Amino acid sequence: MHVRSNAPSYDIDLATETVRSLNAALHGLAKESDPCLWRIANPRGRHAIAVGIDSPISVEINGPVGYYCASMNKQARVTIAGNAGVGVAENIMSGIVEVKGDASQAAGATGVGGTLIIDGNAGARCGISMKGVDIIVKGSIGHMSAFMAQAGSLTVLGDAGDSLGDSIYEAHLYIRGSVSSLGSDCIAKEMRDEHKAELFAKLTIAGLAGQVDVTAFKRYGSARQLYHFHTDNLSSY
Amino acid sequence: MGRKDFMCGIVGLFLKDKSLEPELGVLLSEMLAAMTGRGPDSAGFAVYGAGDKNMIKITLRGPEGTDFAALAASLARAGDAEVSLTPRDTHGVLGVAARDWPKLKGLLGQIAPGVSIVGEGARMELYKEVGLPADVAKRFGLETMSGTHGIGHTRMATESAVTTDGAHPYSTGLDQCLVHNGSLSNHNAVRRTLQRDGVAFTTENDTEVAAAYISHRIHHGDSLTQALESSLVALDGFFTFVVGTESGFAVLRDPIACKPAVMAETDRYVAFGSEYRALDSLPGIASAALWEPEPSKVYFWGRAA
Repeated sequence: MHVRSNAPSYDIDLATETVRSLNAALHGLAKESDPCLWRIANPRGRHAIAVGIDSPISVEINGPVGYYCASMNKQARVTIAGNAGVGVAENIMSGIVEVKGDASQAAGATGVGGTLIIDGNAGARCGISMKGVDIIVKGSIGHMSAFMAQAGSLTVLGDAGDSLGDSIYEAHLYIRGSVSSLGSDCIAKEMRDEHKAELFAKLTIAGLAGQVDVTAFKRYGSARQLYHFHTDNLSSY
Repeated sequence: MGRKDFMCGIVGLFLKDKSLEPELGVLLSEMLAAMTGRGPDSAGFAVYGAGDKNMIKITLRGPEGTDFAALAASLARAGDAEVSLTPRDTHGVLGVAARDWPKLKGLLGQIAPGVSIVGEGARMELYKEVGLPADVAKRFGLETMSGTHGIGHTRMATESAVTTDGAHPYSTGLDQCLVHNGSLSNHNAVRRTLQRDGVAFTTENDTEVAAAYISHRIHHGDSLTQALESSLVALDGFFTFVVGTESGFAVLRDPIACKPAVMAETDRYVAFGSEYRALDSLPGIASAALWEPEPSKVYFWGRAA
Protein backbone atom coordinates (compact mmCIF):
# COMPACT_ATOMS: atom_id res chain seq x y z
CA MET A 1 0.00 0.00 0.00
CA HIS A 2 1.43 3.36 -1.00
CA VAL A 3 1.06 5.53 2.07
CA ARG A 4 2.91 8.80 2.24
CA SER A 5 4.31 8.87 5.76
CA ASN A 6 4.02 12.02 7.89
CA ALA A 7 1.36 13.37 5.56
CA PRO A 8 -2.36 13.58 6.19
CA SER A 9 -3.33 12.02 2.90
CA TYR A 10 -3.19 8.47 1.57
CA ASP A 11 -3.64 7.18 -1.97
CA ILE A 12 -4.99 3.71 -2.53
CA ASP A 13 -5.28 2.25 -6.04
CA LEU A 14 -7.74 -0.62 -6.16
CA ALA A 15 -6.21 -1.73 -9.47
CA THR A 16 -3.30 -3.00 -7.38
CA GLU A 17 -4.63 -3.21 -3.81
CA THR A 18 -7.52 -5.36 -2.61
CA VAL A 19 -10.71 -4.00 -1.05
CA ARG A 20 -9.95 -6.23 1.91
CA SER A 21 -6.57 -4.60 2.56
CA LEU A 22 -8.10 -1.13 2.15
CA ASN A 23 -10.86 -1.90 4.63
CA ALA A 24 -8.40 -3.46 7.09
CA ALA A 25 -6.33 -0.27 6.98
CA LEU A 26 -9.43 1.89 7.55
CA HIS A 27 -10.54 -0.32 10.42
CA GLY A 28 -7.09 0.05 11.97
CA LEU A 29 -7.58 3.80 12.45
CA ALA A 30 -8.34 5.07 15.94
CA LYS A 31 -11.81 6.38 16.77
CA GLU A 32 -10.10 9.64 17.78
CA SER A 33 -7.71 9.68 14.86
CA ASP A 34 -6.61 13.06 13.45
CA PRO A 35 -8.51 14.07 10.34
CA CYS A 36 -6.87 12.78 7.20
CA LEU A 37 -7.83 12.19 3.59
CA TRP A 38 -7.92 8.83 1.84
CA ARG A 39 -8.14 8.96 -1.95
CA ILE A 40 -9.25 5.74 -3.61
CA ALA A 41 -8.68 5.17 -7.32
CA ASN A 42 -10.12 2.54 -9.69
CA PRO A 43 -13.03 1.26 -7.62
CA ARG A 44 -14.54 -0.16 -10.85
CA GLY A 45 -17.82 -1.16 -9.25
CA ARG A 46 -16.28 -3.38 -6.58
CA HIS A 47 -18.41 -4.25 -3.58
CA ALA A 48 -18.03 -3.28 0.07
CA ILE A 49 -15.55 -0.44 -0.40
CA ALA A 50 -14.89 1.62 2.75
CA VAL A 51 -17.41 -0.21 4.91
CA GLY A 52 -17.47 -0.04 8.68
CA ILE A 53 -15.27 3.02 9.21
CA ASP A 54 -15.30 4.46 12.74
CA SER A 55 -12.94 7.41 12.50
CA PRO A 56 -13.33 11.15 11.71
CA ILE A 57 -11.59 10.93 8.33
CA SER A 58 -12.44 11.89 4.77
CA VAL A 59 -12.56 9.30 2.01
CA GLU A 60 -12.80 10.23 -1.66
CA ILE A 61 -13.62 7.41 -4.05
CA ASN A 62 -12.90 8.32 -7.62
CA GLY A 63 -15.32 6.29 -9.73
CA PRO A 64 -18.32 3.98 -9.57
CA VAL A 65 -18.73 1.60 -6.62
CA GLY A 66 -20.66 -1.67 -6.20
CA TYR A 67 -22.76 -2.89 -3.31
CA TYR A 68 -22.82 -1.57 0.28
CA CYS A 69 -20.24 1.17 -0.16
CA ALA A 70 -19.64 3.08 3.12
CA SER A 71 -22.17 0.93 4.92
CA MET A 72 -22.19 1.02 8.74
CA ASN A 73 -20.26 4.28 8.53
CA LYS A 74 -19.43 6.16 11.73
CA GLN A 75 -17.91 9.66 11.82
CA ALA A 76 -16.27 9.58 8.38
CA ARG A 77 -17.17 11.69 5.38
CA VAL A 78 -17.19 9.41 2.34
CA THR A 79 -17.57 10.97 -1.12
CA ILE A 80 -18.23 8.81 -4.17
CA ALA A 81 -17.39 10.51 -7.46
CA GLY A 82 -19.54 8.16 -9.52
CA ASN A 83 -22.59 5.93 -9.28
CA ALA A 84 -23.21 3.66 -6.30
CA GLY A 85 -24.60 0.13 -6.37
CA VAL A 86 -27.15 -1.51 -4.09
CA GLY A 87 -27.25 -0.45 -0.42
CA VAL A 88 -24.93 2.55 -0.37
CA ALA A 89 -24.51 3.76 3.26
CA GLU A 90 -26.62 0.87 4.47
CA ASN A 91 -27.02 1.07 8.24
CA ILE A 92 -25.06 4.33 8.42
CA MET A 93 -24.62 5.33 12.09
CA SER A 94 -23.11 8.82 11.77
CA GLY A 95 -20.95 10.93 9.44
CA ILE A 96 -21.79 11.87 5.86
CA VAL A 97 -21.91 9.78 2.72
CA GLU A 98 -22.18 11.70 -0.52
CA VAL A 99 -22.87 10.17 -3.94
CA LYS A 100 -22.03 12.46 -6.86
CA GLY A 101 -23.89 10.25 -9.35
CA ASP A 102 -26.93 7.97 -9.08
CA ALA A 103 -27.54 5.37 -6.39
CA SER A 104 -29.08 1.94 -6.93
CA GLN A 105 -31.78 0.42 -4.77
CA ALA A 106 -31.89 0.38 -0.96
CA ALA A 107 -29.75 3.50 -0.54
CA GLY A 108 -29.43 4.35 3.15
CA ALA A 109 -31.39 1.24 4.15
CA THR A 110 -31.83 0.82 7.93
CA GLY A 111 -29.66 3.93 8.49
CA VAL A 112 -29.56 4.88 12.18
CA GLY A 113 -27.92 8.31 12.01
CA GLY A 114 -25.73 10.58 9.94
CA THR A 115 -26.50 11.96 6.49
CA LEU A 116 -26.69 10.48 3.00
CA ILE A 117 -26.66 12.95 0.11
CA ILE A 118 -27.31 11.72 -3.43
CA ASP A 119 -26.75 14.25 -6.20
CA GLY A 120 -28.50 12.15 -8.85
CA ASN A 121 -31.41 9.71 -8.62
CA ALA A 122 -31.88 6.86 -6.18
CA GLY A 123 -33.47 3.56 -7.23
CA ALA A 124 -36.17 1.50 -5.54
CA ARG A 125 -36.50 1.14 -1.77
CA CYS A 126 -34.49 4.24 -0.90
CA GLY A 127 -34.45 4.60 2.90
CA ILE A 128 -36.17 1.28 3.52
CA SER A 129 -36.52 0.70 7.25
CA MET A 130 -34.56 3.88 8.03
CA LYS A 131 -34.12 4.48 11.74
CA GLY A 132 -32.80 8.02 12.08
CA VAL A 133 -30.62 8.81 9.06
CA ASP A 134 -31.23 12.00 7.10
CA ILE A 135 -31.33 11.27 3.35
CA ILE A 136 -31.33 14.04 0.77
CA VAL A 137 -31.82 13.09 -2.90
CA LYS A 138 -31.41 15.88 -5.44
CA GLY A 139 -33.02 13.80 -8.20
CA SER A 140 -35.90 11.32 -7.95
CA ILE A 141 -36.41 8.10 -6.00
CA GLY A 142 -37.81 4.72 -7.09
CA HIS A 143 -40.72 2.60 -5.92
CA MET A 144 -41.27 1.36 -2.36
CA SER A 145 -39.02 4.05 -0.89
CA ALA A 146 -39.19 4.66 2.88
CA PHE A 147 -40.91 1.30 3.35
CA MET A 148 -41.38 0.78 7.11
CA ALA A 149 -39.34 3.93 7.72
CA GLN A 150 -39.16 4.39 11.47
CA ALA A 151 -37.29 7.65 12.11
CA GLY A 152 -35.16 10.26 10.36
CA SER A 153 -35.96 12.25 7.25
CA LEU A 154 -36.07 11.68 3.50
CA THR A 155 -35.92 14.82 1.37
CA VAL A 156 -36.39 14.51 -2.38
CA LEU A 157 -36.11 17.40 -4.84
CA GLY A 158 -37.53 15.32 -7.70
CA ASP A 159 -40.33 12.73 -7.84
CA ALA A 160 -41.13 9.59 -5.86
CA GLY A 161 -42.16 6.25 -7.39
CA ASP A 162 -45.01 3.93 -6.42
CA SER A 163 -45.98 3.04 -2.86
CA LEU A 164 -44.03 5.76 -1.09
CA GLY A 165 -43.81 5.22 2.66
CA ASP A 166 -45.67 1.93 2.81
CA SER A 167 -46.22 0.89 6.44
CA ILE A 168 -44.30 3.96 7.60
CA TYR A 169 -43.75 4.70 11.29
CA GLU A 170 -42.43 8.13 12.27
CA ALA A 171 -39.93 9.15 9.58
CA HIS A 172 -40.54 12.53 7.91
CA LEU A 173 -40.80 12.53 4.12
CA TYR A 174 -40.44 15.78 2.16
CA ILE A 175 -41.05 15.47 -1.60
CA ARG A 176 -40.92 18.43 -3.97
CA GLY A 177 -42.10 16.66 -7.12
CA SER A 178 -44.87 14.20 -7.85
CA VAL A 179 -45.56 10.98 -5.97
CA SER A 180 -46.73 8.07 -8.19
CA SER A 181 -48.71 6.55 -5.33
CA LEU A 182 -48.67 6.39 -1.55
CA GLY A 183 -48.19 3.08 0.25
CA SER A 184 -50.42 1.69 2.93
CA ASP A 185 -50.91 4.06 5.89
CA CYS A 186 -48.85 6.86 4.32
CA ILE A 187 -50.64 10.20 3.89
CA ALA A 188 -49.90 13.79 2.88
CA LYS A 189 -49.64 15.99 5.96
CA GLU A 190 -49.75 19.67 6.76
CA MET A 191 -46.42 21.49 6.40
CA ARG A 192 -46.21 23.46 9.65
CA ASP A 193 -43.46 25.93 10.56
CA GLU A 194 -41.57 23.31 12.55
CA HIS A 195 -41.44 21.13 9.43
CA LYS A 196 -40.28 24.00 7.24
CA ALA A 197 -37.52 24.64 9.78
CA GLU A 198 -36.55 20.98 9.82
CA LEU A 199 -36.50 20.82 6.02
CA PHE A 200 -34.43 24.01 5.83
CA ALA A 201 -31.90 22.46 8.21
CA LYS A 202 -31.63 19.33 6.04
CA LEU A 203 -31.25 21.39 2.87
CA THR A 204 -28.53 23.39 4.60
CA ILE A 205 -26.54 20.20 5.29
CA ALA A 206 -26.75 19.41 1.57
CA GLY A 207 -25.54 22.90 0.67
CA LEU A 208 -28.92 23.86 -0.77
CA ALA A 209 -29.96 26.54 1.71
CA GLY A 210 -31.42 29.50 -0.11
CA GLN A 211 -31.40 27.69 -3.46
CA VAL A 212 -34.50 25.63 -2.86
CA ASP A 213 -37.84 26.95 -1.59
CA VAL A 214 -39.11 24.91 1.37
CA THR A 215 -42.71 25.82 0.55
CA ALA A 216 -42.44 23.91 -2.74
CA PHE A 217 -42.33 20.60 -0.80
CA LYS A 218 -45.12 18.41 0.46
CA ARG A 219 -44.80 16.46 3.68
CA TYR A 220 -45.82 12.80 3.96
CA GLY A 221 -45.97 10.62 7.02
CA SER A 222 -47.86 7.98 8.90
CA ALA A 223 -51.62 7.98 9.37
CA ARG A 224 -50.81 5.83 12.43
CA GLN A 225 -53.64 3.43 11.66
CA LEU A 226 -51.54 0.43 10.78
CA TYR A 227 -48.99 0.21 13.54
CA HIS A 228 -51.55 0.46 16.30
CA PHE A 229 -53.47 -2.76 16.48
CA HIS A 230 -57.06 -2.45 15.29
CA THR A 231 -59.26 -5.48 14.77
CA ASP A 232 -60.70 -3.72 11.71
CA ASN A 233 -57.28 -3.77 10.09
CA LEU A 234 -56.69 -7.45 10.68
CA SER A 235 -56.53 -8.24 6.98
CA SER A 236 -53.77 -5.64 6.52
CA TYR A 237 -51.39 -7.08 9.09
CA MET B 1 -31.93 -20.97 -13.09
CA GLY B 2 -32.60 -23.71 -10.88
CA ARG B 3 -35.57 -22.44 -9.15
CA LYS B 4 -33.68 -22.13 -5.89
CA ASP B 5 -30.73 -20.18 -7.17
CA PHE B 6 -30.76 -16.75 -5.63
CA MET B 7 -27.69 -15.28 -7.20
CA CYS B 8 -26.59 -15.62 -10.83
CA GLY B 9 -25.36 -12.96 -13.20
CA ILE B 10 -26.73 -12.03 -16.60
CA VAL B 11 -25.31 -9.87 -19.36
CA GLY B 12 -26.33 -8.66 -22.79
CA LEU B 13 -24.61 -6.60 -25.46
CA PHE B 14 -26.15 -5.13 -28.60
CA LEU B 15 -23.80 -3.35 -30.99
CA LYS B 16 -24.92 -0.30 -32.93
CA ASP B 17 -21.47 0.34 -34.41
CA LYS B 18 -20.57 -2.26 -37.06
CA SER B 19 -16.87 -1.70 -36.48
CA LEU B 20 -17.24 -3.27 -33.00
CA GLU B 21 -18.69 -6.53 -34.39
CA PRO B 22 -15.35 -8.39 -34.62
CA GLU B 23 -14.88 -7.61 -30.90
CA LEU B 24 -18.27 -8.88 -29.73
CA GLY B 25 -16.83 -12.11 -28.34
CA VAL B 26 -13.99 -10.37 -26.50
CA LEU B 27 -16.37 -7.86 -24.92
CA LEU B 28 -18.91 -10.53 -23.98
CA SER B 29 -16.27 -12.78 -22.40
CA GLU B 30 -15.01 -9.89 -20.25
CA MET B 31 -18.59 -9.19 -19.16
CA LEU B 32 -19.11 -12.85 -18.25
CA ALA B 33 -15.83 -13.09 -16.34
CA ALA B 34 -16.79 -9.97 -14.33
CA MET B 35 -19.93 -11.84 -13.19
CA THR B 36 -17.97 -14.80 -11.78
CA GLY B 37 -18.74 -13.70 -8.23
CA ARG B 38 -22.45 -14.00 -8.92
CA GLY B 39 -22.17 -17.35 -10.68
CA PRO B 40 -19.03 -19.48 -10.52
CA ASP B 41 -20.64 -22.87 -11.22
CA SER B 42 -21.54 -22.74 -14.89
CA ALA B 43 -21.83 -20.26 -17.71
CA GLY B 44 -23.47 -19.97 -21.07
CA PHE B 45 -23.88 -17.52 -23.88
CA ALA B 46 -25.59 -17.02 -27.21
CA VAL B 47 -23.92 -15.11 -30.03
CA TYR B 48 -25.71 -13.78 -33.10
CA GLY B 49 -23.15 -13.92 -35.91
CA ALA B 50 -23.22 -14.21 -39.66
CA GLY B 51 -26.13 -16.04 -41.21
CA ASP B 52 -27.96 -16.88 -44.39
CA LYS B 53 -31.75 -16.91 -44.57
CA ASN B 54 -31.80 -20.17 -46.53
CA MET B 55 -29.49 -21.91 -44.09
CA ILE B 56 -29.89 -22.90 -40.48
CA LYS B 57 -27.28 -23.29 -37.76
CA ILE B 58 -27.83 -26.09 -35.28
CA THR B 59 -25.85 -25.95 -32.05
CA LEU B 60 -25.37 -29.45 -30.63
CA ARG B 61 -24.05 -30.43 -27.24
CA GLY B 62 -22.58 -33.88 -26.71
CA PRO B 63 -20.78 -35.80 -23.98
CA GLU B 64 -17.04 -35.14 -23.55
CA GLY B 65 -15.20 -36.63 -26.56
CA THR B 66 -18.14 -36.61 -28.97
CA ASP B 67 -16.83 -37.01 -32.54
CA PHE B 68 -18.83 -34.25 -34.20
CA ALA B 69 -17.03 -34.68 -37.54
CA ALA B 70 -18.14 -38.31 -37.74
CA LEU B 71 -21.62 -37.29 -36.63
CA ALA B 72 -21.88 -34.62 -39.35
CA ALA B 73 -20.62 -37.06 -41.98
CA SER B 74 -23.13 -39.75 -40.94
CA LEU B 75 -25.92 -37.23 -40.96
CA ALA B 76 -24.98 -35.98 -44.44
CA ARG B 77 -24.87 -39.56 -45.74
CA ALA B 78 -28.12 -40.64 -44.12
CA GLY B 79 -29.98 -37.53 -45.21
CA ASP B 80 -28.27 -37.16 -48.60
CA ALA B 81 -27.68 -33.50 -47.79
CA GLU B 82 -24.83 -31.08 -47.33
CA VAL B 83 -23.85 -30.61 -43.67
CA SER B 84 -21.07 -28.27 -42.56
CA LEU B 85 -19.55 -28.46 -39.11
CA THR B 86 -17.76 -26.08 -36.74
CA PRO B 87 -16.68 -28.11 -33.71
CA ARG B 88 -16.13 -26.21 -30.45
CA ASP B 89 -15.17 -28.40 -27.50
CA THR B 90 -18.31 -30.22 -26.24
CA HIS B 91 -20.46 -28.36 -28.78
CA GLY B 92 -20.66 -28.50 -32.54
CA VAL B 93 -22.45 -26.15 -34.90
CA LEU B 94 -23.97 -27.75 -37.98
CA GLY B 95 -24.85 -25.70 -41.03
CA VAL B 96 -27.61 -27.15 -43.21
CA ALA B 97 -30.08 -25.86 -45.77
CA ALA B 98 -33.25 -24.80 -43.99
CA ARG B 99 -35.36 -27.02 -46.28
CA ASP B 100 -33.27 -30.11 -45.32
CA TRP B 101 -33.44 -29.54 -41.58
CA PRO B 102 -36.82 -31.17 -40.71
CA LYS B 103 -35.67 -34.46 -42.28
CA LEU B 104 -32.16 -34.26 -40.79
CA LYS B 105 -33.57 -33.44 -37.35
CA GLY B 106 -35.43 -36.77 -37.33
CA LEU B 107 -32.29 -38.64 -38.41
CA LEU B 108 -30.12 -36.89 -35.81
CA GLY B 109 -32.00 -38.54 -32.95
CA GLN B 110 -31.31 -41.99 -34.45
CA ILE B 111 -27.66 -41.34 -35.38
CA ALA B 112 -26.63 -39.59 -32.15
CA PRO B 113 -29.11 -40.25 -29.35
CA GLY B 114 -26.70 -38.88 -26.70
CA VAL B 115 -26.37 -35.51 -28.40
CA SER B 116 -28.85 -32.73 -27.69
CA ILE B 117 -29.86 -29.69 -29.72
CA VAL B 118 -29.31 -26.56 -27.63
CA GLY B 119 -30.18 -23.98 -30.26
CA GLU B 120 -31.44 -23.53 -33.80
CA GLY B 121 -31.50 -20.43 -35.91
CA ALA B 122 -30.23 -18.53 -38.90
CA ARG B 123 -27.70 -16.58 -36.84
CA MET B 124 -27.72 -17.81 -33.24
CA GLU B 125 -25.08 -20.10 -31.76
CA LEU B 126 -25.46 -21.15 -28.15
CA TYR B 127 -22.91 -22.63 -25.76
CA LYS B 128 -23.12 -23.61 -22.10
CA GLU B 129 -21.00 -25.68 -19.81
CA VAL B 130 -20.10 -26.28 -16.17
CA GLY B 131 -17.10 -24.32 -14.89
CA LEU B 132 -15.86 -20.82 -14.14
CA PRO B 133 -17.21 -18.29 -16.68
CA ALA B 134 -13.73 -17.36 -17.97
CA ASP B 135 -12.87 -21.04 -18.46
CA VAL B 136 -16.17 -21.77 -20.20
CA ALA B 137 -15.69 -18.77 -22.53
CA LYS B 138 -12.15 -19.96 -23.32
CA ARG B 139 -13.17 -23.58 -24.00
CA PHE B 140 -15.59 -22.42 -26.67
CA GLY B 141 -13.34 -19.70 -28.06
CA LEU B 142 -15.83 -16.91 -27.35
CA GLU B 143 -13.07 -14.33 -27.82
CA THR B 144 -12.78 -15.31 -31.48
CA MET B 145 -16.49 -14.89 -32.22
CA SER B 146 -17.92 -11.87 -33.95
CA GLY B 147 -21.51 -10.81 -34.23
CA THR B 148 -24.11 -8.11 -33.79
CA HIS B 149 -25.28 -9.04 -30.29
CA GLY B 150 -25.11 -11.66 -27.62
CA ILE B 151 -26.39 -12.57 -24.17
CA GLY B 152 -24.86 -14.58 -21.37
CA HIS B 153 -25.38 -16.04 -17.93
CA THR B 154 -23.27 -17.11 -14.97
CA ARG B 155 -24.93 -19.51 -12.58
CA MET B 156 -24.61 -20.05 -8.87
CA ALA B 157 -26.42 -23.26 -8.01
CA THR B 158 -27.30 -22.88 -4.35
CA GLU B 159 -29.54 -25.91 -3.94
CA SER B 160 -30.08 -27.65 -7.25
CA ALA B 161 -27.41 -29.63 -9.08
CA VAL B 162 -24.53 -28.12 -11.03
CA THR B 163 -25.25 -29.56 -14.47
CA THR B 164 -25.08 -28.28 -18.00
CA ASP B 165 -28.84 -28.84 -18.31
CA GLY B 166 -29.28 -26.27 -15.56
CA ALA B 167 -27.11 -23.73 -17.36
CA HIS B 168 -28.54 -20.86 -19.40
CA PRO B 169 -29.36 -19.63 -22.00
CA TYR B 170 -32.45 -21.63 -22.88
CA SER B 171 -33.57 -21.63 -26.46
CA THR B 172 -37.13 -22.62 -27.29
CA GLY B 173 -37.58 -21.11 -30.73
CA LEU B 174 -35.61 -20.28 -33.86
CA ASP B 175 -33.00 -17.63 -33.02
CA GLN B 176 -34.69 -17.08 -29.65
CA CYS B 177 -33.07 -17.54 -26.28
CA LEU B 178 -33.46 -16.33 -22.73
CA VAL B 179 -31.32 -15.83 -19.65
CA HIS B 180 -32.90 -15.26 -16.27
CA ASN B 181 -31.94 -14.06 -12.82
CA GLY B 182 -34.53 -14.95 -10.24
CA SER B 183 -37.00 -17.71 -9.56
CA LEU B 184 -40.52 -18.48 -10.76
CA SER B 185 -43.05 -19.93 -8.35
CA ASN B 186 -45.77 -21.04 -10.77
CA HIS B 187 -43.58 -22.69 -13.39
CA ASN B 188 -45.12 -26.15 -12.90
CA ALA B 189 -48.61 -24.85 -13.64
CA VAL B 190 -47.42 -22.86 -16.66
CA ARG B 191 -45.45 -25.88 -17.93
CA ARG B 192 -48.56 -28.08 -17.72
CA THR B 193 -50.60 -25.51 -19.64
CA LEU B 194 -47.96 -25.25 -22.34
CA GLN B 195 -47.61 -29.04 -22.53
CA ARG B 196 -51.34 -29.30 -23.18
CA ASP B 197 -50.76 -26.93 -26.11
CA GLY B 198 -48.10 -29.29 -27.46
CA VAL B 199 -44.93 -27.58 -26.22
CA ALA B 200 -42.15 -30.08 -25.36
CA PHE B 201 -39.75 -29.53 -22.44
CA THR B 202 -36.30 -31.01 -21.90
CA THR B 203 -35.67 -30.00 -18.25
CA GLU B 204 -37.50 -29.34 -14.97
CA ASN B 205 -36.05 -25.83 -14.96
CA ASP B 206 -38.20 -22.74 -14.35
CA THR B 207 -36.25 -20.66 -16.86
CA GLU B 208 -37.05 -23.09 -19.66
CA VAL B 209 -40.73 -22.49 -18.86
CA ALA B 210 -40.27 -18.72 -19.19
CA ALA B 211 -38.44 -19.16 -22.49
CA ALA B 212 -41.07 -21.58 -23.79
CA TYR B 213 -43.90 -19.28 -22.70
CA ILE B 214 -42.41 -16.36 -24.63
CA SER B 215 -41.67 -18.50 -27.72
CA HIS B 216 -45.21 -19.91 -27.57
CA ARG B 217 -46.73 -16.42 -27.54
CA ILE B 218 -44.54 -15.31 -30.43
CA HIS B 219 -45.49 -18.47 -32.33
CA HIS B 220 -49.15 -17.44 -31.91
CA GLY B 221 -48.57 -13.99 -33.33
CA ASP B 222 -47.38 -11.82 -30.45
CA SER B 223 -44.49 -9.44 -30.98
CA LEU B 224 -41.60 -9.95 -28.55
CA THR B 225 -42.77 -6.90 -26.60
CA GLN B 226 -46.34 -8.24 -26.39
CA ALA B 227 -45.07 -11.66 -25.32
CA LEU B 228 -42.99 -10.13 -22.56
CA GLU B 229 -45.85 -7.91 -21.40
CA SER B 230 -48.15 -10.91 -21.12
CA SER B 231 -45.45 -12.80 -19.18
CA LEU B 232 -45.87 -10.18 -16.43
CA VAL B 233 -49.36 -11.58 -15.88
CA ALA B 234 -48.68 -15.25 -16.57
CA LEU B 235 -45.45 -15.72 -14.64
CA ASP B 236 -45.34 -15.34 -10.86
CA GLY B 237 -42.00 -14.81 -9.21
CA PHE B 238 -38.83 -12.76 -9.18
CA PHE B 239 -37.13 -12.24 -12.47
CA THR B 240 -34.98 -10.14 -14.65
CA PHE B 241 -35.11 -11.53 -18.18
CA VAL B 242 -32.81 -10.82 -21.07
CA VAL B 243 -34.15 -12.25 -24.33
CA GLY B 244 -32.16 -12.57 -27.54
CA THR B 245 -33.79 -12.68 -30.95
CA GLU B 246 -32.46 -12.63 -34.50
CA SER B 247 -32.67 -8.84 -34.60
CA GLY B 248 -31.80 -7.74 -31.08
CA PHE B 249 -32.38 -8.13 -27.38
CA ALA B 250 -35.02 -7.24 -24.82
CA VAL B 251 -34.94 -6.68 -21.05
CA LEU B 252 -37.78 -7.07 -18.57
CA ARG B 253 -37.87 -6.87 -14.75
CA ASP B 254 -40.74 -8.13 -12.62
CA PRO B 255 -43.06 -5.56 -10.96
CA ILE B 256 -41.08 -5.58 -7.70
CA ALA B 257 -37.68 -5.48 -9.41
CA CYS B 258 -35.76 -7.27 -6.67
CA LYS B 259 -33.14 -8.64 -9.02
CA PRO B 260 -30.46 -6.14 -9.92
CA ALA B 261 -30.06 -4.66 -13.39
CA VAL B 262 -27.95 -1.89 -14.88
CA MET B 263 -27.96 -0.67 -18.46
CA ALA B 264 -25.45 1.39 -20.40
CA GLU B 265 -25.84 3.08 -23.75
CA THR B 266 -23.42 4.93 -25.99
CA ASP B 267 -23.63 5.67 -29.69
CA ARG B 268 -21.73 2.38 -30.24
CA TYR B 269 -23.70 -0.12 -28.13
CA VAL B 270 -26.40 -0.91 -25.58
CA ALA B 271 -25.34 -3.17 -22.75
CA PHE B 272 -27.02 -4.93 -19.86
CA GLY B 273 -25.44 -6.28 -16.68
CA SER B 274 -26.66 -7.60 -13.36
CA GLU B 275 -24.14 -5.20 -11.85
CA TYR B 276 -22.08 -2.28 -13.04
CA ARG B 277 -18.95 -4.46 -12.76
CA ALA B 278 -20.09 -6.36 -15.86
CA LEU B 279 -20.07 -3.12 -17.87
CA ASP B 280 -16.85 -1.61 -16.57
CA SER B 281 -14.62 -3.07 -19.31
CA LEU B 282 -16.75 -1.76 -22.22
CA PRO B 283 -15.20 0.95 -24.40
CA GLY B 284 -16.25 4.46 -23.45
CA ILE B 285 -18.14 3.32 -20.36
CA ALA B 286 -17.05 6.42 -18.40
CA SER B 287 -19.16 8.62 -20.67
CA ALA B 288 -22.02 6.14 -21.26
CA ALA B 289 -25.58 6.86 -20.16
CA LEU B 290 -26.16 4.51 -17.22
CA TRP B 291 -29.53 3.65 -15.71
CA GLU B 292 -31.49 0.94 -13.97
CA PRO B 293 -34.41 -0.41 -16.03
CA GLU B 294 -37.80 0.27 -14.48
CA PRO B 295 -39.99 -2.56 -13.21
CA SER B 296 -42.64 -4.04 -15.56
CA LYS B 297 -41.28 -2.12 -18.54
CA VAL B 298 -40.14 -3.87 -21.71
CA TYR B 299 -36.95 -2.51 -23.23
CA PHE B 300 -35.97 -3.61 -26.72
CA TRP B 301 -33.09 -2.79 -29.00
CA GLY B 302 -33.07 -4.21 -32.47
CA ARG B 303 -31.73 -3.67 -35.94
CA ALA B 304 -33.89 -3.41 -39.02
CA ALA B 305 -34.46 -6.89 -40.47
